[in-house]
Parts: sequence; structure tokens; C-alpha cells
Amino acid sequence: MPPKPALRTRDLTKVYHSGEVEVHALRGVSLELFPADLVVLLGPSGSGKSTLLNILGGLDSASGGEAWFQDLQLTGLDDRGLTEYRRNHVGFVFQFYNLIPSLTALENVALVTEIAREPMPPEEALRIVGLGERLNHFPAQLSGGEQQRVAIARAIAKRPGILLCDEPTGALDSRTGILVLEAIERIHAELGTTTVLITHNAVIADMTDRVLVMGDGHIIEERHNTRRRRAAELSW
Amino acid sequence: MTPLNRKLYRDLWRLRGQVLAIALVIASGIAVLAMSLTSMEALTETAIAYYERYRFGDVFASVERAPEYLADRVRKLPGVQAVDTRVVKSAVLDMEGFDEPVIGHLVSVPERHPPELNQLALRSGRVPRLGYPDEAVLAEPFAEAHGLTLGGTFRAVLNGNWRKLTVVGIALSPEFVYTIGPGALMPDDKRFGIVWLGQEAMQAAFDLDGAFNTISLTLLRGVEPDLVIERLDDMLGRYGGIGAYARKDQMSNWFLMNEIRQLESLAAILPTVFLAVAAFLTNMVLARLIAMERSEIGLLKAFGYRDRDIAWHYVKFVVGVAAVGIVLGWAGGYWFGLLNTRLYADFYRFPFLLFDPGPRSFLIAAGASLFAALAGTLGAVRAGVRIPPAEAMRPPSPPMFRRTRFGRSRLFGALDQPTRILLRQIGRYPVRSALTSLGTAMAVAVLVSSLQWLDSINHLVDVYFRQAQGQDITVGFANTRSSDVTRELARMPGVRTAEPMRVVPAKMRFGPREERESLQGLPAVQELSHVYDASGRNLTLPPDGLVISTQLAGMLQVRPGDRITVEVLEGRRPTFEVPVVATFETYIGSPAYMDIRALNRLMHEREAVNSVHLRLDQNEQARFYRDLKQVPQVSAVTLKQAAVDTFYDTLAKTLLIFIGFFVVFACTLAFGVTYNAARIALSERGRELATLRVLGFTRREISYILLGEIGFLTFVALPLGCVLGYGLGALILNAFKTELYRIPMAIQLATLGEAVLIILSATLFSAFLVRRRLDSLDLIAVLKTRE
Repeated sequence: MPPKPALRTRDLTKVYHSGEVEVHALRGVSLELFPADLVVLLGPSGSGKSTLLNILGGLDSASGGEAWFQDLQLTGLDDRGLTEYRRNHVGFVFQFYNLIPSLTALENVALVTEIAREPMPPEEALRIVGLGERLNHFPAQLSGGEQQRVAIARAIAKRPGILLCDEPTGALDSRTGILVLEAIERIHAELGTTTVLITHNAVIADMTDRVLVMGDGHIIEERHNTRRRRAAELSW
Repeated sequence: MTPLNRKLYRDLWRLRGQVLAIALVIASGIAVLAMSLTSMEALTETAIAYYERYRFGDVFASVERAPEYLADRVRKLPGVQAVDTRVVKSAVLDMEGFDEPVIGHLVSVPERHPPELNQLALRSGRVPRLGYPDEAVLAEPFAEAHGLTLGGTFRAVLNGNWRKLTVVGIALSPEFVYTIGPGALMPDDKRFGIVWLGQEAMQAAFDLDGAFNTISLTLLRGVEPDLVIERLDDMLGRYGGIGAYARKDQMSNWFLMNEIRQLESLAAILPTVFLAVAAFLTNMVLARLIAMERSEIGLLKAFGYRDRDIAWHYVKFVVGVAAVGIVLGWAGGYWFGLLNTRLYADFYRFPFLLFDPGPRSFLIAAGASLFAALAGTLGAVRAGVRIPPAEAMRPPSPPMFRRTRFGRSRLFGALDQPTRILLRQIGRYPVRSALTSLGTAMAVAVLVSSLQWLDSINHLVDVYFRQAQGQDITVGFANTRSSDVTRELARMPGVRTAEPMRVVPAKMRFGPREERESLQGLPAVQELSHVYDASGRNLTLPPDGLVISTQLAGMLQVRPGDRITVEVLEGRRPTFEVPVVATFETYIGSPAYMDIRALNRLMHEREAVNSVHLRLDQNEQARFYRDLKQVPQVSAVTLKQAAVDTFYDTLAKTLLIFIGFFVVFACTLAFGVTYNAARIALSERGRELATLRVLGFTRREISYILLGEIGFLTFVALPLGCVLGYGLGALILNAFKTELYRIPMAIQLATLGEAVLIILSATLFSAFLVRRRLDSLDLIAVLKTRE
């Protein structure tokens, strides 16, 4: 029996109304993501990849089609239901880290573990991303790469069913970016979390088995890498 | 329109909620200020015009009896412009349908020509004609209280004879703008009224043919009354003069001027609070606006706009906010001023009311608030303009947080993360947090200081009427009577206890200081009317010497043990020296007491009495009143319960309305502060809160972080506000203090609770408005934007 997908969508569409203009951000996306998948979603800006991620992450609702997380139908959930879904199943990593400036690294992680069902200890999450030493620093006292790793620790500390990373290296130089990708790679290896990584940097696609290329609201290409490269081997 | 001005209008519109909240606070300050100033102006101008048009006297004096020709000699005194003589008496009146005895203050008015001074403002009818001694003119409030119109009749005891009088005119007089009966604290138009009778008729009725017992004069411009008063006292002494006094000490005028002074205090104290808070709020909003527009400021500078163009742009923003407040405040101030002046006109009776406030009051109010708003924002504008363009266009560095000792403590460690965010946010901006608390505290304080009036007045009534006065009624006589009258009254049906009192007008001197004050003789141990110290004890009068109020002691600067000179102004006019034995605290007047036997001894009189305090059998009151109307020579009747009732009725009409205003103002203040604080916190931390929502926090949980901070600051503000309210209340009561009365501070806990609850509701309302905005946070934008 084939494994059951962790996330799947069918004919997902999204139309934005911006003034009198209709923007078709998604024009029928169907995909399946399986447990322990590490997928890169590649595409130029405006291709619809962020919109897809927002719907998968329970931040936005679709205009048509269906999206499922395991047995939970995301399309059709109200605000309360989506909040519950994000709270219990989704880990987010943002381009600009979005740490809470008034909380230390440890507290930023604890922020999430306090409300999660089966979290790991915050110290453990920070150790996984290699920040076991800087627990009590405030965001303003950390470098960009360190801040992003705190954000990753915060995302995985709840043991999410799915980890969504939106341009996690977008605000970083390549050396620091690779450190962050290594952290994601390690987490994927250690925890086996289904991970979706959005980027417009084609190099990053080499570290995954599966690459989805988006354009104009469709998945225009699906690639399987025969050989995954380790994050440390990447360069741009 | 220049693009910058267009931006200005759009900013004002975009921030309309906050602009309106500040504008309302400014408007409240302006409204109180303009209300006080316009009422002051209206009352002052009306009084001046009234006094001038109806020739209100500058100096007044009473004698027992003086021949008419003395007036000519007075007229020749240097500085005197005009002189008018009259007969003034008191009489018991019997008004139809009104059981209780009524006291009429009878004033003569010449039948042949209009009086030279203190002319009547006839509202209807005419003055009494010569040869018709039963024609009377009634003061308008008195006539209204008894529903009497022209042609109506009532009965009066004139010098022991019952007479039926007919109303031929209804009038007002500059002498009686405010009419208050003997022993009363508030006007009671049902039980005390002015009645004008023909002069020759009164002279005949009171055996004063060719004589007068009251004289009033006007002075030439620039003449100080003191000199004339001295000469007049010399001249009138042997006719039984009890001392002339200037217009400023004339009762009606004293109350009116005092009211105007109190308005002045009101204008000084409360608007200051509102305008200071408004200054803080504008500063807070503007500082935030400038912080959010850093990059725009950098851009404008890069385009070549000068610092002063940018500064002027933000100054215009402040002016715009203030302008909204000023216009609202002007409208409110005009309306409140008119309402207030009309309210005054119920107690201060004028034949006309000049409410035509000039621009001055409004300009002062606008100027003060504009000044406050600009002063409050100067720092923010300067800081905003100073940033070099390149720096301005970079985003500001993230706020720096540090772990404090408290942050490392075990207690802090036990807190959940949202609570830590909340507390660190307060600690990060301590000044702003403190000012937010202080702003809310000021709202509580304004409320406490308004609501405390009711407590203080209850306390005053309790001490003055309930604790100190055991009598139900006090009967005063026109002339000194033998103490037999006490026994006669005691024998009347319905009387349970009677207690004599002897009051003599006197001047008291100590060193260079002199005060006019009645000397009151009471039994050493009083059964009814007590010499009562506000701390709650009755004083026994010593066999010799005086027991005086601390107020009088302060005015004369005497202490127990000092000997003061008393110059009695009636009878044989003895002068004697007596020691001050003790002092006591009282809220009303500045009385001086002495054992009645000692007083009579010093007066060289046997057991003389001129007032009797009585306690009545409740069931026999009506009968007693009926009988009392037959007792000759009664000139004053004070019913305690009626005095208490009118006191409260009057307060209900005035004070409650005022308190109502201030509840609204205080709520505006609390709302303005919390709404702005919450909106600013939301604009600063919207991204943070949206992040939390993305991480799976519910709306309720993020509301806790934002509104919890406001809640915490409010929580701190409430007790602080109660303390400040106590101080503000004391300040206001002190400003309202007069020689006649001092309102004690007596805030009840329940009042503090009430103030706290009202402010909490206003705060909750603003929290509710902000909470609704929290629900519409854009979760997606935060993922893509960098602050």
C-alpha cells in the first residue's frame, strides 16, 4: 500500500481582488506531499508559490479546490479552526525571522512550546540548530543567521507535522544561508518532518529529492533529483 | 494644494480615531475653561450693569432710629455722592396654604418718588401708592415660590398687628440678587422673602415717623469706602449704629462675588489637568507618527526639503488636531457657559442676563490648549527633523531589550512568555508607560475630586445640622427680650425643650486686627444648640471668657490664653476685654461663644434673650406653627429640617449637574489615554502580534499581550488616581474656601470605588474598540515585509 500523503491539494485556485483587478494567483494546483518529504518549491516572484504556502500553512483560504492535512480538510476551516491547525501542526520559518524582540532566544522558542501539545524542551530545539550556547540573548544581540536559526528552533520545537520555510535564506549572505540550510537539513534527518522550502534560488533545489517548479499559478514542472547534494556542498 | 498639505489631510483622516480622542480631551479642557470664563464674564457684566442701572449702594449702615435730617449731614461727608434712607424690619408672614411661619424682610420704598438708590426693577405692577398702607411689592422669587401674582393677598404681623397686604407689584433689586434667610445656608424662597412696603406706611407702622433705620450711600468715583465708613460710624454711633459696611461685605453681593471667584479657581485648576494630558497624548501620537515616517522624512530631505519645511508640516498636524479640539471645545464651552449662567440665574436673580461672551474667553482657551499641544510635541518634532536623510531611510534598529535583575528572578521565570512580553514592553518604555498610567490616574483624580463633593457636603450637613444642632426650630426676636420668653415658649403646646440664646453684634480686636463678629451667648452646657467641635465633641462654656472658632482665631491670630477686646455694637455698647479660653473647629462661619450669664453680666443686662432654640413634639408641629404666628416680635424662624432639605434641593440642582459634566470629561480623558496608548502599541507591534497569530496564538491570546499591557498600566493608575484625586479635591476645596464656609474633605471608600468603576468602563470601551482592530490583522503581510 502506498504511504498516505501528509498534505494534498486538488485543483486549488486563489483569486485576489485588488481594486477592480482580479489576480489569479493559483489556477488549479494539485499535489501530494508525503511524510518525511523534503520539497523545494521553486519559481519567480508572482508565480504563486507564496500563495500556495499560505494556504498550506493555514494563513489564507482558497477560492476553490481542496486542501487536506492528513484527514483534516483545510479548505472550509474558519479562523478558529485554522488557528488550531497552525498551533498544533505547522512550523513556520519566515524570510525576516519575525522573532519577538522582547523575548530571549530561549523564550522565543518557549513561546511556542507553552501552547503546543507535545513539544520538545526549548533547549533541545536550540541545540539541534546549534545555538545551545546563546539561550539568553535577545534578538538584537544575535546575528541574522543566528536569529534565523532561533526561528527554525521555534518552528520545530512543537514537533510540527509540516515545516514551511518561506525564503529562509532570502535575507542572509550565502555563507550564513548555508548554515541555516544545514540546520533545516539536520532537522529533516533527525525528525523526519515533512518540509517545504520556498525559494527562487535554483541552487537550493539541489539539496532535495523533489522539486516543484511553479509559474503563473500552476505547477509547471516536477523534478526528482537522482542525487541529493548536502547543504554544505552548495554555493551561490 | 501642495503634496505635503495633501499628506497632512490624509494623515489626519487616517488617524481620525486617535485625532478625535485627543481632540475630545482638548475640547474638555477648553469647555471647562470657556464655560468658567464665559459664566464669569456674564455674571460680572450682568452684575455691573445691574448695579449701575439700578444704583446699588456702595456703603450700607443700620441704626436703631435716626432722624431724617441726618441724611443731609451724611450727604455732606466728603466723597459721598448720593444718600438714601429707609426703614427695614422683619415680620412673620402668613401665606395661604403654607403652615410654617414665613419671615418677610420688609424694606420701605418711597411712595412719592423713586428711591434714590437701590431702585426696584419692577417685573410687573407698580410701587405702593401714598395712603394705601396695605399695598406691597414682592420679590419675584418669593412670589413665584408661593404662586402669588398681582392682586394676591397675604397676612403679616407689623409691629404686633396682623395686617392683610395686597400684592401690587413684583420686583427684583440689586440688593437682593441672592436672598438668604437668617441662619440658612442656601436660599429658601418659600420661607424667607423680601417685601417692599410704602415708606410712610412703614414709618407709621413701626413708630418711625420722620426717621429711618437703614441708610445707604454711593461714593464719588475713586473714593475708598473705608474713610467714609469711619466718619459714618462716628456719626451713627449714638443712633444705635452697629457699624457701616462696604458693598463688598453686603450679603447678596458677597455671595455673588464669591461665586465669581470660585469660577475663577475652577478655570485655573481643571483645564490645566486636561491640557497637560492632551499635551502628553499629542506628543505620544506625533512621536509615533514621526517614527513610522522615518523613511518618508529621509526621502523628503533627499529631495531637498529643508528641516523647517518638515518641522512645519508636523506642527501643522498638531495644529490640526488642536483645531478640531478647539472648535468642539468652543461649542461645548459656549453651551455649558450658557447653561451654567442660566443655572446661576435661578439662584442669583437678575432682571436681565447679559450672556454675550466676547471673543476673549474663547481666544484664551484656544491659546492655552494650542500652547499645551505644541509644547508637548516640540521634542518629537525636533527629534524627527534631526535625523540625517541617509539614516532616516534605513529602518530603525530593533529595540534593545536587556535582562534586568527582575528578569532573572525566579518570580519572572515562573511567568509565561506572553506575560514576559507584556512586562518587558512596559520596562522598555518606562517614561511612556508611566505617563500612560499618569494620564489614566488623572482621569480617576478628576472624577474623585468631582464625586467627593457629595461626601464632603454630606459630612458638612451631618456635622453642622445633625451633630451640632439638636433643635428643630430657632425663633429670633427683633429686640432683646427678658428670659421669660424662653419659659413662655417652653410652655407652648408641642414644645419639648427650649434653650435661650443671646446674640450681640460686636467688633473684636486683637493687636492691629479687628473683625466684626456676633458674640453668641448660650448656656454653659447646651442641650440643643451645641458648641460642637468638628472632631466630634461638645464643648462646655467656661464661666468667663470666650470659646471661639479656629477660623476666627486665625483671622485675629489669637491663641487660647490671649485676651481680646470686644466692642459691643448695641444696647449700652460696652467695651470689655475677655480671655480666649478654648478654640474649636467648625465648617460654617467664624462664631464666638460665651456663657449667656457672663455675656448678660458684661452687657449690664439681666437674663436677656433674643433667640430661642426649641425641640418640638413631631405630632404637634402644625399646631405649634399656627400658635407661633401669634407670638409678637418674632423676626426670624429657622426650621432645621427645611434648611437641610433646601440645602440638598439646591445641591441637586447645581452640583449634580456639574458632577455629571465632570463624569463625562473624566471618561473622555480615560478613553483618550487608553485608546491612544493601545492604538500606538498596535501600530508599533502589529507585526509582532501577527507573527504570534501565525504561530498559532488565538485572538484572545494576542489581545492579552496588547491589552494586558494597558490593563496593567490602568491597574497601577487606579490607586494612584485615588491618591491624586484626594490631592486635587483638597486643592479645589481649598480654592472654594471662604470666610463663611469651609467644606471638609471626607471622601468615602465607596466614592473611590465608584470613580474606579467609571474609569474602568471607559478604559474597557477603548480596549473593545482596539480589540476589534486586532481581529483584522494582516497575517500574510508580516511574512513578506521587513519592519
